[in-house]
Amino acid sequence: MQEALNFHLSDAEPLDRANFVEQARVARDGSHDPSRGLPLTIRGLRKSFGRNEVLRGIDLHIPAGQFVAIVGRSGCGKSTLLRLIAGLETADAGTISFGEQTRAEDVRVMFQEPRLLPWARVLSNVEVGLGRGRALVDAQARAEKALTEVGLGDKRGQWPAVLSGGQKQRVALARALVSHPRILAFDEPMGALDALTRISMQRLLERVWRDQSFTAILVTHDVSEAVALADRVLVIEEGRIAYDINVDIARPRARGSADLAALEGSILRELLQSADDPSEQ
Amino acid sequence: MSLIESLPRVRGLRLPRADGLIQWIVPLAIVLIWQVACITGFVSPRVLPAPTDVARAGWKLLLSGELERNIWVSFWRASVGFVIGGGIGFAFGLANGLSQLSSKLTDTTLQMVRNIPHLALIPLVILWFGIDESAKLFLVALGVFFPIYLNTLHGIRTVDPQLIEMGRIYGMSDAELFRRVIFPGALPSIFVGIRFALGIMWLTLIVAETIAASSGLGYMAMQAREFMLIDVVVLSILIYALLGKLADSASRALERLTLSWHPAFQKH
Repeated sequence: MQEALNFHLSDAEPLDRANFVEQARVARDGSHDPSRGLPLTIRGLRKSFGRNEVLRGIDLHIPAGQFVAIVGRSGCGKSTLLRLIAGLETADAGTISFGEQTRAEDVRVMFQEPRLLPWARVLSNVEVGLGRGRALVDAQARAEKALTEVGLGDKRGQWPAVLSGGQKQRVALARALVSHPRILAFDEPMGALDALTRISMQRLLERVWRDQSFTAILVTHDVSEAVALADRVLVIEEGRIAYDINVDIARPRARGSADLAALEGSILRELLQSADDPSEQ
Repeated sequence: MSLIESLPRVRGLRLPRADGLIQWIVPLAIVLIWQVACITGFVSPRVLPAPTDVARAGWKLLLSGELERNIWVSFWRASVGFVIGGGIGFAFGLANGLSQLSSKLTDTTLQMVRNIPHLALIPLVILWFGIDESAKLFLVALGVFFPIYLNTLHGIRTVDPQLIEMGRIYGMSDAELFRRVIFPGALPSIFVGIRFALGIMWLTLIVAETIAASSGLGYMAMQAREFMLIDVVVLSILIYALLGKLADSASRALERLTLSWHPAFQKH
């Protein structure tokens, strides 16, 4: 809660009108409150595939509503950690707890590939994200709202095949958002996008995270992306958390600012330094 | 500017009509050349009767009601055999695609049976069923079974596992996963199987009807051969060609209807 408060104070941009109205509606209904992330506590997490020990004891606490980026070289176990959090794999040892009872819809994942159903129109692809709520009467309205949120309201009747890569990924984001998750995990969601699309996607991610205040966990190999978006950057090396860095830079953050560049430089240096070590053995 | 604007409209209006006609140019030209060759005496009528003679023979048979009856009998055999064989093939394809146990239990056996040319069973089938309807239905069903079985199985096994994982994450039940992810994903491959099966269906039926039947188009052709009615023989061959084309068009139309999401079927 402390974190959420902090970032709202440093947030210079006013809330846009549509969002304000929506928040008022939700507050009035009181049925569900989208503006609450879940905290996450991980203790002694281990996972190996065959003889390959991928995670060797992860201890981590993520406060509710925090934006955490996980970086590391490929094969360091960052994607495995994300899949464990999302419940796609089972741990060999250790626990992951969310502080309270969660519904299946509370934790959502977004992958590097959009994974849209090619035979379903954009809107029904978003409806898939409602989970068990698909059968409810307001399913279509909620899907439409999520689609508008990512700026694709006019594409609702299209087949995924006619969308660009960035648009497909935005539909996948709408599908992840439609159930108002309290933890949203991203597995390199911008890995396959070109540079310009990536920047607009990053802005979109930051905006929806601010609007809905879920706990965001972003796995990425792009350190500049991590420092631009996250409150906190975790560097994973050889299955352990090697560095835990707080990013105390006020939002909105200017791309290419000296502060971001300095932080990115220091993280990269640490990554490269440790990358040299094994080769010397 | 005006040229660019008018381009899509010209395409939209003219091409479909031209497309519809273009495919018939070659068949019509062949019939025309055939007619000319017969009239000029280049081809003897004892080798190949002129298209007009074939048409006349057809008209006569049509008036006597014999043609409709035989076409109907053949059509009925083809469709019933197709539904039975295709249905069983589809069921086995689904079962073996979705269940490891079922696949282990039956796939090897089916692969062995597949390698027997089903027409080689004709002597056995005649011994079992005589020249009864069931003999023809059995052969057609057997012939149709394998392409549909194999392509359904292949379609289900090659559904993108990432999509299946996505469906599971979003809480789809097994039934929903099948209906929303697996079946639509396998559909393009199932249609390939159906198109193959349609070809085999006619082939099997022609052979079965020429060898062991007392009605149907194949029987009509064999009877005509006995009486040296070459025009009727040619007529029945032409009707087979038309029926084959009809079945193919029907499956294409169904494909367009159900696969409109597929980039290959999207027309702008």
